[in-house]
Amino acid sequence: MSLLVVTSPHAHGPMSTSGVMRTVLLATVPGIAALSYYFGAGVIINILFGGLVAILCEALALSLRRQALKPFLTDYSALVTSTLLCIALPPYAPWWLLVVGVSFSILVAKHLYGGLGYNPFNPAMVGYVVLLISFPLQMSTWTTPLGIAENVPGFMEALRACFNPSSFDAQTMATPLDILRQNNGMLLSDLYASNPQFGAFQGVGWAGVNLAFLLGGLFLLYKRVFTWHAPVAMLLTLSLCALMFYDEGSSASGGSPLFHLFSGATMFGAFFILTDPVSSAVSNRGRLVFGALIGLLLYTIRVRGNYPDALAFAVLIANFAAPFIDNYTQPKVYGHREGPKA
Amino acid sequence: MLADYSLLLIGAILVNNFVLVQFLGLCPFMGVSNKLETAMGMSMATTFVLTLASACSHLTYHYLLLPLGLGYLKTIAFILVIAVVVQFTEMVVRKSSPLLHRVLGVYLPLITTNCAVLGVALINTNKSHSFIEALLYGFGAALGFSLVLTLFAAMRERIAVADVPKPFSGAAIGMVTAGLMSLAFMGFAGLV
Repeated sequence: MSLLVVTSPHAHGPMSTSGVMRTVLLATVPGIAALSYYFGAGVIINILFGGLVAILCEALALSLRRQALKPFLTDYSALVTSTLLCIALPPYAPWWLLVVGVSFSILVAKHLYGGLGYNPFNPAMVGYVVLLISFPLQMSTWTTPLGIAENVPGFMEALRACFNPSSFDAQTMATPLDILRQNNGMLLSDLYASNPQFGAFQGVGWAGVNLAFLLGGLFLLYKRVFTWHAPVAMLLTLSLCALMFYDEGSSASGGSPLFHLFSGATMFGAFFILTDPVSSAVSNRGRLVFGALIGLLLYTIRVRGNYPDALAFAVLIANFAAPFIDNYTQPKVYGHREGPKA
Repeated sequence: MLADYSLLLIGAILVNNFVLVQFLGLCPFMGVSNKLETAMGMSMATTFVLTLASACSHLTYHYLLLPLGLGYLKTIAFILVIAVVVQFTEMVVRKSSPLLHRVLGVYLPLITTNCAVLGVALINTNKSHSFIEALLYGFGAALGFSLVLTLFAAMRERIAVADVPKPFSGAAIGMVTAGLMSLAFMGFAGLV
């Protein structure tokens, strides 16, 4: 007679994989709404078309590996990956950019490593970095946000931008992070006065987008999809770095802590990218180190590197370090304490 | 002065990382990264050899080859210097830590053919580094090598238990991972 031996912990989480993934998708809604309010419908087309490509790639990979299609296709994990990638991409990206990025995320970053639960790198960020290195021009054209522009492109225009890129001609503008990176010898007050991208509160549009993602992230935290450690460590480190170098005067000092917290992909990254349970560190202490490392790298590359928003690079490098961090932050077994060495 | 030195060090460790950006020293990077412990031993041995070899080859070049007008012999001379330094390291390790010697075993002579070591010596002469600069550059290159080697080893231990498709298991997925890591390190471009 064989008995099934089950080791602790015996507690059972109420959420299934697909439940978690659905909650994450739900939590991106405020951010997507804010993005499409400020930048137009491009992000929605990105997500819809990217999702389609993701499902096709997932089905292809699963059938090549002779795995069951239904349980893996209906766990929404491919959709979450493609949605996160498509949010990070600039709106009005041409269709081939989406195809290359999403298929690289799903096929190489996820399925080459064995599929869901094994990927050492965050698939969405792998796709983003591949695109950023290969197609820097398409990856850095952001349209003018509402508030500076009179109106933003609608749904039909976004469709045209995606599938017939040559016919689409939108007004584009450097993002606040670009401007700060490219101007090192000015007074901040002059810089703010001469560029309409800096609004009443940080970057026009970007502050709203970041606030919306913060909202979605807090919802996930409330739902206990992840623990607070990694996001808090990252945001704290980022603010601390900014605080250390910011002098309120020159544009070479790298922007205020608030500017960094509400620019680019900060909040999106902190709550939706860092918290990937597979590619981040495992223990709570490890997550603190992991988040702090990302905050430090993010600030360094933003202010000193070639890429104005470096979240994807920071996350990949930290993913790369995560197994090593885990090795040194293993929690002690309950009841054991460090005694004198035998 | 100090700022220059620290920039040189950071440049060698991150921005121009020898393995992931300049693609030197790939054989030990792929060969010794299956276990974290061996990787760390290898890192320490390489750090020692690389720093020492960088300094020795600098001295050889500037105080032996150049005065004799034999600058064109530098590649052969450096190979000789490196081989001597590696032999010396092996003797030290064998006497001081037999355990480490057993763990490293075949890998220690591999440092002789580690192109990063020769690469550092040649880059030092190309960029006409001073003695201190050559020493620091060798040390930085070694730190960068150790950093990515240990991180890579920890990651490969995790990948080893993953359900990787058959055609990609083993070295193939290691190569893919190294490629992705190299992609991530491109983010450091422009820091120095």
